[in-house]
Amino acid sequence: MKSAIIQKWKGYKNDPKSFGLFSAVFLAMLITMTALLFVIVYILVKGVPHLTPDLFAAKYTSENVSLMPALINTLLMTALSLLFAVPVGIEAAIYLTEYAKHGNKLVVLVGRTAETLSGIPSIVYGLFGALFFVKYLGFGLSLLSGALTLSIMILPLIMRTTEEALRAVPDSYREGSFGLGAGKLRTVFRIVLPCAVPGILSGVTLGIGRIVGESAALLFTAGTVAEPAISIFDSARTLSVHMYSISGEGLYIEQTYATAVVLLIVVIAINALSDYIAKKFFK
Amino acid sequence: MINWKEKLMKVVFLAAACVSIAAVVLICIFLFVNGVPAISEIGVFRFLFGTKWKPANHLYGIWPMIVGSVYVTAGALLAGVPVGILTAVYMARFCPRWLYRIMKSSISLMAGIPSVVYGFFGLVVLVPFIRETFGGRGMSVLTASVLLGLMILPTIISVSETSIQAVPQSYYEGGLALGASHERSVFYTVLPAAKSGIFAGVVLGMGRAVGETMAVMMVAGNQAVIPRNLTAGVRTLTTNIVMEMGYSTDLHREALIGTAVVLFLFILIINLSLSMLKRKEKE
Repeated sequence: MKSAIIQKWKGYKNDPKSFGLFSAVFLAMLITMTALLFVIVYILVKGVPHLTPDLFAAKYTSENVSLMPALINTLLMTALSLLFAVPVGIEAAIYLTEYAKHGNKLVVLVGRTAETLSGIPSIVYGLFGALFFVKYLGFGLSLLSGALTLSIMILPLIMRTTEEALRAVPDSYREGSFGLGAGKLRTVFRIVLPCAVPGILSGVTLGIGRIVGESAALLFTAGTVAEPAISIFDSARTLSVHMYSISGEGLYIEQTYATAVVLLIVVIAINALSDYIAKKFFK
Repeated sequence: MINWKEKLMKVVFLAAACVSIAAVVLICIFLFVNGVPAISEIGVFRFLFGTKWKPANHLYGIWPMIVGSVYVTAGALLAGVPVGILTAVYMARFCPRWLYRIMKSSISLMAGIPSVVYGFFGLVVLVPFIRETFGGRGMSVLTASVLLGLMILPTIISVSETSIQAVPQSYYEGGLALGASHERSVFYTVLPAAKSGIFAGVVLGMGRAVGETMAVMMVAGNQAVIPRNLTAGVRTLTTNIVMEMGYSTDLHREALIGTAVVLFLFILIINLSLSMLKRKEKE
């Protein structure tokens, strides 16, 4: 081990260019990791001391700046968006992999549009949601408008991950099922889909991450009311929107740090979950 | 009976697959129908190349915002691309296994941190830093570029890393066999082979930078004038929309939707070049 390192250094002595290249990639790695670590540690160090019980009070007032209503709204928003996006995404992926013939024009078109959707910036989604769901369909600034907007946003993600997972299921499974006399539908739901669950789950967790972090698309669709939504037609601010609102006011810098901590913890937990799913099922 | 169910479900799956097509069509229709009349009322030339954005005086020129978006995106690429690609090279070809696992989850965590959190970090750390080091108010082209550079790192790293990993091992071994060092072999045989994939990552990162809204708004200063130097404030297309959408009415509001149309066209061009790159890589 030690002699290998010495040999390596001797090699670099005769070949400074290689040493330069190695230093460059090593430095880049250090910059990336330091930057990430700095962001996280800075927010945690500044924010954790301000995580007071007041911040988790059931009701938001301008004194306690409670994030609890926003946290509840985030959960509701996530659940509602997934409710729309996951079934549609999975069904679409089933059509693309199990039903459509290879090289079908529709498959190509769906692929292209999904790619387009995943590239559209969130502010454009927000504007579309404000024009279509809020005004045209008359849902108003509400949980429903926000969730519908977000569900279009995460649809391509769910579709793509599900499609990949379905394609990874070996054809022999399907053939075995057909051989035993099962129909197409039964084969899809009993054989193929259960095998693809881990892949679908990892797509869903990524989708949850996007919903939790989203703010630009929600400002003009779900609004900024800092109370837990009682019906789906109530305006509701999620945690990210809440953090944006209080950071803009300039009065609540400590509470903003603390809210950032809560958001970070949620995001880290989601990431850990998706890592766990990936490790458990794909070895 | 079963046959009937099969057919029904096939239609359901087909309908779900068409949702993403419908979404793209609806987004286009609603943006264009609401935005294009305003653009033609203001005059295409005066809207795109007008240098004054003063809604109070009915002056709607978005040239400063177009320039702003270009500056900030170029800055983000300058800051993010070299570090991103080199980090990807390190991960793919230099990294010990234990570190690889840590880096992989760090990069996906980095991608998952909400843009408001990045924005807030920029506001409390980068803005004062830039103000004290380079002068000015701190909210500037430079600040937005550095922050965006950080935010597009995970995109560039993960796409580049995947395409570097996909280069056949024989390329690398061929390099070694000709007497090249590990570093030279990676940089002169593997990296050129992964060129188009890396480029796709850069373009994807560019799309992210153009579309990013909240984080830019929090650190860029948002003056609607063409910035004269790096420490001057800047407003981008995205922030123009999100800043004024809340209170705008009539033509002002439609001009903002027109801004979104321009932004949308930018993104479509980027998407188109991306899918062309992807097809080239497959060949």
